[in-house]
Amino acid sequence: MAQSLSVRGLFRARRDGSYAAASTGYALLALALMMAVVCGVALGAYAIPLPRLGDALLMRAGEGLAAADVHVLWSIRLPRVLLAVICGAALALGGCALQGLFRNPLADPGLIGLSAGAALAAALAIVLGGQLFGPLARSFGLYLIPAAALLGAALAAWLILRLASHHGRTSVLMLLLAGIAINALCGAIIGGLQFVANDDQLRNLTFWTLGSLAQGRWPVVAITAAALGLGGVVLWRLRLQLDALNLGESAAYHLGVDVQRLKLWLLAAVTLMVGVSVAFTGIIGFIGLVAPHIVRTWLGPSHRHALLASALLGAVLLVSADLAARTWVAPAEMPVGVLTSLLGTPFFLMLLARRRHGFD
Amino acid sequence: MSARRIWLKRAAALLGTGLLPLSHAAHPAPPGLTRVVSVGGDVTEIVCALGAEQCLVGVDSTSTHPASLNGLPVVGYMRALSAEGVLSLAPQVVLAASQAGPPVVLRQLADAGVKVVRVPAGYSFESLLAKLDVVAEALALQHAGEALAAELNARWQECTALVAQLRARRAQAPRVMYIMAHGNAVMVSGTQTGADAVIGLAGGRNALEAMEGYKPLSAEAVVAAAPDVIVVSREGLEMAGGVEGVLAMPGVAMTPAGRAGRVEAFDAVFLLGFGPRLPEAVSALATALGR
Repeated sequence: MAQSLSVRGLFRARRDGSYAAASTGYALLALALMMAVVCGVALGAYAIPLPRLGDALLMRAGEGLAAADVHVLWSIRLPRVLLAVICGAALALGGCALQGLFRNPLADPGLIGLSAGAALAAALAIVLGGQLFGPLARSFGLYLIPAAALLGAALAAWLILRLASHHGRTSVLMLLLAGIAINALCGAIIGGLQFVANDDQLRNLTFWTLGSLAQGRWPVVAITAAALGLGGVVLWRLRLQLDALNLGESAAYHLGVDVQRLKLWLLAAVTLMVGVSVAFTGIIGFIGLVAPHIVRTWLGPSHRHALLASALLGAVLLVSADLAARTWVAPAEMPVGVLTSLLGTPFFLMLLARRRHGFD
Repeated sequence: MSARRIWLKRAAALLGTGLLPLSHAAHPAPPGLTRVVSVGGDVTEIVCALGAEQCLVGVDSTSTHPASLNGLPVVGYMRALSAEGVLSLAPQVVLAASQAGPPVVLRQLADAGVKVVRVPAGYSFESLLAKLDVVAEALALQHAGEALAAELNARWQECTALVAQLRARRAQAPRVMYIMAHGNAVMVSGTQTGADAVIGLAGGRNALEAMEGYKPLSAEAVVAAAPDVIVVSREGLEMAGGVEGVLAMPGVAMTPAGRAGRVEAFDAVFLLGFGPRLPEAVSALATALGR
């Protein structure tokens, strides 16, 4: 307790100073999230005019209330929008925490092999699932690929941690290098699987790696929300230690931070949140990299703000991207992973361009 | 017009498409008939061959034949359907080829009260009849189904007679290599593919029978396979830059087909669709091989 108090005291001054800027930021982000969610619920390929939308939301038997309206809204659209909120927040939080750990703005959940591990396991399940597991695969049903992907993400994280740890200490540089190696290895095995896959499996695999929120059903929302909640609480408790880590590992150590414990908890939390998200949505790039980056240029480096605001911004980005994915080419659907980059990149470049003036 | 105004207009258009039920009005099914969304090129061709084209309120992106389907709403690629997108067309029946998906979406459609009928796949004439059975029953068109089956049987008999006749003229079945070219990737067909099956039906022999599925083309493997004829899709032919382009592919010049310049191009949907045009497709390929 005394340890964390000293860290807390060190950062109190800066927190108070940035309070005004932060509250504007939060207000804007909350407003954007509200707008995105309202639009996400109100709009979709299946047209529900506004008056009927209210009735359907309240499941109130109004004039012209079709059972289909209620079903589309409650069983398809709402869980999907919520899944986008949860996964967007989880990916952005994961990215934010890893950028803090690596003290590098280029870090994201893909870097330490989480996505690659998940993708490899999903590919195994898609290509060899029927042969390898047989009856077990069938009993998993719709959950086979998510379960495999989660297991793959966890295994990749564990392996990277083992590779990077020596005598009870984990080297951040080794984490990074091991992550790169695991990424390359998984990529090679996925390539091999693509080679032996038949046409059907190949196409399913391709669509999995493009990402989609089509899995959005209530049980999935509950599972991802639980993972986000657990991981989020852990990261929130680590926020001050992450701030201390900004000063460098030895400085953080001398401030009383148990750096090794911090790394383990942080990796566990990120693996849980991001692993579960990726398991259900496939690979959705960009959000984990850019949401925290945008937030930091805006609200400063304190993790108290960076974590919260990243989660909000990640949710906004993914809900908007999914709305576009669902409506742009309706009644067809675009892969959402394509749109997150399409929507996020111009915004990101704009921010960078504005900041460049500051460097001159 | 300034960039901002263009964006505003687009945003308004996006809002509009979401709020106005416009797709229903554009393609009303005649009263009394089922509203059907058909997923899979072969399935859609069967629906049309049954004379039920006016039931269709939407098709997937692989349903390109007949050309009269052109104006119909497209619900996307058959493996990446959108539940809400399909429901927005208010179908009573969704005819889904076995590759259609994702599974979650099909389950959501069934939960929404839509009758989802899975149509079995297969690369044979028998499987075509099985598909026809399922589709005809789903649309309550059993009589039309039986009539079409009889007609297909007659056409198939003509087709097999032609294949046997052409076959009798030569000592050995010609070795055939099917090339699929999309973008930069040039793939050749091994066994267990539609191309392999149609080559066999047409009295040819797959030159690459040692491997399974579509695999990247390798110059040495092509030379070793020694095809007498190269079959390529129209799109593939265009992509490769015509017959000369195909002949210039690595290894091809050193094969019997390359030396004789024997490249045959077909519409891929026609040749590999395994829909009601299967007898014609097999006859056309057999004729081309017999040339």
